[in-house]
Amino acid sequence: MSGNIYIYIAVMAIVTYLIRVLPLTLIRSEIKNPFIRSFLYYVPYATLTAMTVPAIFTAAKSLYSGLAAFIVALFLSFLRRSLLTVAAGACLTVFLAEALIRAM
Amino acid sequence: MTQTTESRVTDAAYFVQGLLDGIPICLGYLAVSFAFGIQATSMGLSVFEATLISITNVTSAGQFAGLSVIASCGSYLEMAGVQFIINLRYMLMSAAISQKLSPKVSTGKRMLMACGMTDEIFGICISRPRELVPSYCYGATVISVAGWVLGTFLGAFSGELLPHSLSEALGVALYGMFIAIVVPVARENRAVLITAIIAMALSTLFSFAPLLSAISPGLRIILVTLITAGAAALLFPIEIKEA
Repeated sequence: MSGNIYIYIAVMAIVTYLIRVLPLTLIRSEIKNPFIRSFLYYVPYATLTAMTVPAIFTAAKSLYSGLAAFIVALFLSFLRRSLLTVAAGACLTVFLAEALIRAM
Repeated sequence: MTQTTESRVTDAAYFVQGLLDGIPICLGYLAVSFAFGIQATSMGLSVFEATLISITNVTSAGQFAGLSVIASCGSYLEMAGVQFIINLRYMLMSAAISQKLSPKVSTGKRMLMACGMTDEIFGICISRPRELVPSYCYGATVISVAGWVLGTFLGAFSGELLPHSLSEALGVALYGMFIAIVVPVARENRAVLITAIIAMALSTLFSFAPLLSAISPGLRIILVTLITAGAAALLFPIEIKEA
């Protein structure tokens, strides 16, 4: 680490809080611009997907256990299982897959 | 009963309702923040520093991305940029919540509510019937943030003690949670499905293609998000509905 950890944390906290607090306190009327509204609507899906793929494939030692976790999570969430179930299912898959790979 | 006592009683009832509705969120956060704690200490952060990040940020994606910026010795500006883009969605959520509040709700209360504006708390707050009462939001926030901070502390504290096979398995908890947020919506909404597919393709391209793979992980997420959400907004503009 080269930078100061506390400055990093302060930057993270301040930027994140400002994003949350400014619209709540300042915007008292509806956002009308359709492009901005649409853009903001799609942001979470684009970000979360970009953070998951391809990172999930390299999260475990073996590519196969990451791939298996991805498939299991897709399957469980497609069945609309809760956040906790999907996260636990992905973890369990990696745990079992890595154990299997070690045993082979 | 005087007017004041009565409103205090309903405030307390809303707070308790928020606490109860927040229990599943709290459990989910425990698992994910446990993984965050493990990852933070494995990168050289102290238990105190990891817990401090969770107390002051309360954002899964932003915190994990923050770790990668710290690990790659990114600049403070890169850190600010990464946090801004990844957490930009909270701007929309806060804006949406502002539409659901009585104009009488004070700025101080709005500032408190902003502390816990996460995907999940937003989700249960926005789906409340009628007007949103700040006390409900506080209740949901208190229990969820407690889970988030406790999980981080436990993960950071015990991460080094856990066998590697277990901490490695917990490392995918966050991705599981992200998938659980995106897939149910993508299943119903073709535009979101296409958005997710574009994001996957671009993110993979940026990770492995020559030249592009030299871009830092934080900047990669920013670029993929801007391109994908921008394209989706142009291709599939959402309809403006009067709430």
